[in-house]
This record gives sequence, structure tokens and C-alpha cells, in this order.
Amino acid sequence: MASVDIQNVFKSFGSTQVLHGVSVDITDEEFVVLVGPSGCGKSTLLRMIAGLEEISKGTILIGGRQVNNLPPKDRDVAMVFQNYALYPHMTVFDNMAFSLKLAKAPKEEMQSRVQRAAEILNLTEYLARYPRQLSGGQRQRVAMGRAIVRDPLVFLFDEPLSNLDAKLRVQMRAEIKALHQKLRTTVVYVTHDQVEAMTMADRIVVMHDGIVEQIGRPTELYDFPENLFVAGFIGSPAMNFIPGRLSRQNGQAWVEAAGGTRLPLGTNAPGQEGQEVVYGVRPKNFRLGGDSDSAGIDINVGVVEPTGDEVEVISQIAGEPVCVVFTERYDFKPEQPIKICPALDSVHLFDAGSGRRLAS
Amino acid sequence: MPPQDTATRIAEIPEPSRLSRLLNNRNFLGFVFMLPLAALLVVFLAYPLGLGTWLGFTDQRIGRPGVYIGWDNYISLFDDSVFWLSVFNTVFYTVVASVFKFGLGLWLALVLNNRVPFQALIRAIVLLPWIVPTVLSAIAFWWIYDSQFSIISWSLVKLGLIDQFIDFLGEEWWARTSVIIANVWRGIPFVAISLLAGLQTISPSLYEAAVLDGATPWQRFRYVTFPQLTPIIAVVMTFSVIFTFSDFQLIYVLTRGGPLNSTHLMATLAFQRAIPGGNLGEGAALATAMIPILAGAILISFFGLQKRKWQA
Repeated sequence: MASVDIQNVFKSFGSTQVLHGVSVDITDEEFVVLVGPSGCGKSTLLRMIAGLEEISKGTILIGGRQVNNLPPKDRDVAMVFQNYALYPHMTVFDNMAFSLKLAKAPKEEMQSRVQRAAEILNLTEYLARYPRQLSGGQRQRVAMGRAIVRDPLVFLFDEPLSNLDAKLRVQMRAEIKALHQKLRTTVVYVTHDQVEAMTMADRIVVMHDGIVEQIGRPTELYDFPENLFVAGFIGSPAMNFIPGRLSRQNGQAWVEAAGGTRLPLGTNAPGQEGQEVVYGVRPKNFRLGGDSDSAGIDINVGVVEPTGDEVEVISQIAGEPVCVVFTERYDFKPEQPIKICPALDSVHLFDAGSGRRLAS
Repeated sequence: MPPQDTATRIAEIPEPSRLSRLLNNRNFLGFVFMLPLAALLVVFLAYPLGLGTWLGFTDQRIGRPGVYIGWDNYISLFDDSVFWLSVFNTVFYTVVASVFKFGLGLWLALVLNNRVPFQALIRAIVLLPWIVPTVLSAIAFWWIYDSQFSIISWSLVKLGLIDQFIDFLGEEWWARTSVIIANVWRGIPFVAISLLAGLQTISPSLYEAAVLDGATPWQRFRYVTFPQLTPIIAVVMTFSVIFTFSDFQLIYVLTRGGPLNSTHLMATLAFQRAIPGGNLGEGAALATAMIPILAGAILISFFGLQKRKWQA
């Protein structure tokens, strides 16, 4: 078990630069998720930790030891690949024992370590099978077993669940988290799925276009996104954004959007009068406002999507598409005019120019 | 069209005729589509094979119809030392050439599987020996091996390594070696390109996993590449053995079986006896004698080609 320090790391493939100075400190026993849209450089960063990609500039330390020039096998890391990368011509046992076999471990040790890993992962009855005879979830477990057998300093996961169906994904998500709680080995986990990131991570690193947008605990990112990108990326359905101009009068504050629509703000809202801002509010932070409620926003119901748990309403505010989620089972009709009211303490304000969160 | 109710519209869908039902039957269509190819196979494969086998049991000569003479042709071949020499030559030629084609072809495939500059161009060049007509490349080799104008002999003499030109095609073992080298040169591209195709189906992440598991380059080849390549090796080498065993053109252009029959393969000897020699029956029997050996080779590869337990 070890810490992983990524210090101002750059990566370029030829003339294309994919990482522009990334720094992340991962402490011992931590479960860190790198998340971002495809092409943001998260997998490249993981492969650089593993030693599968060279580090163009900067330093990576594992357990305090610089690994820039260490070959992959000497870094003491194990990786679980997206396509599992199981050796198709080897049985489950041989797949899991391969690294020990190469290290010329004694037979009994090989046997006992594979057996132990197989027990942890419920694979004991499949040890004699070949990968093609296993289901997707079982293959995934064999890939993890192969990593566990090596007892590495760090586990690296590269989108391990994206080849599984939705139900299995939820199940394996919990299994990986439980595994981490049992083994306490440092984990670096790459995914493009923010739900996976939120549910599994001790800390999340949100990446975008080769830079780190924000690092923090899942609830931190959800409650205090530092910029528009993180705000839009974390949370599902995504946060609604409406651009407008900040206005204050008679102790009241609001954002004036296109067409004169007033979006209410708390009296202690940050920002200066006249500043161009983006008004952000999550779909769940609206309630249905009554007629007497002057702070409400008038919308016309567009599409209604009942999911059973909640009712999603797709509509527009000041020409911007918005999504509103009610936990109550309202029975809206299309084109019905309703008044909605955002929870004022859940409103996020971002500078329209820089996209940064306005500090309160 | 005026609006109709659903029942009327369904009622108006016509019943398909017997013919159209037949033409929509998968089994019938499959049979019909197979017929042209079956006809081709019968006319150009089954008929000549049957005729050849039949001729082997007759004493037919060119210009004179033969009569059935039973196993006489085979019995006389059994006592014919030239026939046995040709069997030895064929087996020797096939085994040595196949071993080299496999080894060099695999090596070339592994080299080409790496990222090299001008990859596509190099792959195209590798294919050249295979696409050049055999007769043409055989003539080129004929010059290379010529007793007076050989570039090899000339170079070696100029380098001072030998002081006399080597008679590549005039001395028994030199001749055997020379035709094998020409055959290997011609056969490598087929092996190399086929194995390259096989190599490219192996997922790169398997190598990355193996690297992380601590495998050296040799171990990656031994435990990851080679086992997954075995099915395609079986296919490629089966074909290569069949082509080599039944080779004719190269030998016929280079040596015509000489010197002293030392490069006569069964195929060239069969031709020699049947056409220039006029003994169609004997030549046919000689050619037919290749069938059991080839069938044995095919049987071996049949078991080699069977799905391995791990294959999907």
C-alpha cells in the first residue's frame, strides 16, 4: 500500500499535447476516481502511473519513490483493463497465477494465493474454466483476481465496468467498493461515468481537456462546484444554466435573464450589480410555487417524463432548456403554465466570462 | 386511396403463389445457389481426379488407348529406384523448405507487426515474391545459379572466398539446396502475411497486462503470442506443406529434375514419365501415389485445426 504523487505531469503524443500539467496527491489507502469526458486525458494519466506511457514532463512518485524511469513490472502496480485483457488460452487459475509463475513463486504459494483471491471474489468453482466460458461479470472478477494475487502497492482500474450491462454495473460497483474496504489498497480508478465516480470515490478528480478542473470529496463537488464544467458534469440530470445580469435593488437581488425574466437570489448572494453571470440550479432544487409567490418563475410545461420515483419536466426559461424534477406525483399536461421556485440556498452563481464560481 | 379499415387491408394482402413460396425457402435457395459451384468442382476437380486414378490402372500410352492392367503400374514403381529417389526428394524438399518458411515467415511477421516507418510499403514489398509468376522468378533464380554467370559465385570469387565458380544446379546436393532456397524465397510471403494477420487479432492490452505481470519480451512471445497463434499456424502450414509437396513449376524451370534425378519431385517425375515419356498410365500412377501422403498431411492438420478448448 502506498501513496501516489502526481506532480505537474505533462504528456504529448507528437505535437498533440494531451496533459497540460496535472498534479494530484493520492494518499495511502485512498480510493481516487479520475473522471471526465472522453479525450480528457484520464486514461493516459492512469497508463502513465502504470508505466505503459512515458511521462513527457513532471514526476510521478509511488510510495515516495520516483517511478518515471522504472519499467512497469518494477512499479508494483496492478491494472484492471476495460476489456479485462484475460489471456484467452489460459484457465482462470492460470490467468490469476501468471504473474506468480513468471516470478517463479513456489507451487504451494501460487496455489494458496490464487485460492485466497478466488475465495474473496467467489471464483473458486470457476478456476478450471476458460475466459470464454464466463459471463461478463465473472471475467471482470477474474481480472480483479489477477490484480489481487499480486498484492500490489496500487490498484489501477481503467473503466472496468463500461462493458457490463446497467444492472451488473451497479452490482460490481458495490463489489469493488467492498473489496477496497477489505483490502485497503490504494486505488486509482478511471471512469467517464459521474455516477460511478460519486458512488465509489473517497475523492474525485474531475478532468477536462488535459487539466484538472477540481479535486474533492463527492459531496464537495456536488455542493460547491468550482466552475461551470464541474457543475454541469457532476449530477444527473445535469444542472440547469441560465445566463443573465446580476441586479440588486431595495435589498433584493436577482438575475435578469433574456426577455426580462427575473431569477430570484438570496439577499446574501455574491457578485456585483450589473455583472454578467450564469445562474445555475439543479433540477431537484425547484418546488412548485403558488400564485401568491412573487419569487417564482413562470414556465410552460414541455415534456413530462414520469419515472415512478419522480416526475421530470422539460421546459424553457428565457429561451434556455431547463429540467425540473419533482418528487411529488404532479399530473402536468403539455403546455400547462406553472410557476416554479428555486431553493435560494441551492442557487449557484458563476462568472459568465471565466466560468468560475462566485465566492459568497 | 380512400381510407380503409384494418380488416379490409389485411384481407387484401394476396396469398403468395407456390413458386414465390419456393423461392423464399432457405433450403431450396441454398441448394440452387450451390449448383454452379458444384458443377465447377465436378468438371474441374472430381473428373480429372477420377480420370487420373483410372489411368493409373491402365497401360495407356500417348496415341494408343490402354486396357485395365490392375496394380501393374504400382508394382513396377515399387521396384523403381528413381521413383523412390523422387519420394525422398519430395519429402526432403517439403520438410526442409517448410521448416525454413515457417521460421523465417514467423520472424518476418513479428518484425512487421511492430511499428516501422513506411509500414504499408514494406508489407507490399514483402508480398512481391509471391505475386511474381513462379516461372518468372524461377528464371531469375536460374540466372543467379548459372554455372558461368552466377552472381553469387562471382561475388564470392571477387571477395576471395572461393577460387572456382560453384555449379549450383549441376551437383546433386548443391542442386537440392538451391531449389529449396528458391522455394523458401517464394513461400515466405504467404506465411509471413498470414501470420501477420493472425498477430494483429491479438489485443494489445494482453501485452500490456503481460508487461505489468512482469513478462520479458521472450515470455510475452512464449506465453501470449505463440499459443494464440497456433490455430492460424496450423492453417498456414497445412497450405504451405501442400503447395510445397506438389511443387512443379520451380523445379521444371530450374533443373527439370536433374542432375541425376536428384531434384526430381514426384510431380515432376510423373509429368516426365507421362508426357515426354508417353507413358500416361505410369505417370498417372505416380501422381496418384502422392494422394496418400498428402491425405496424411491433411489428416495431421485436421487435428491441428480442431478448435482448442479455449477458442470461442
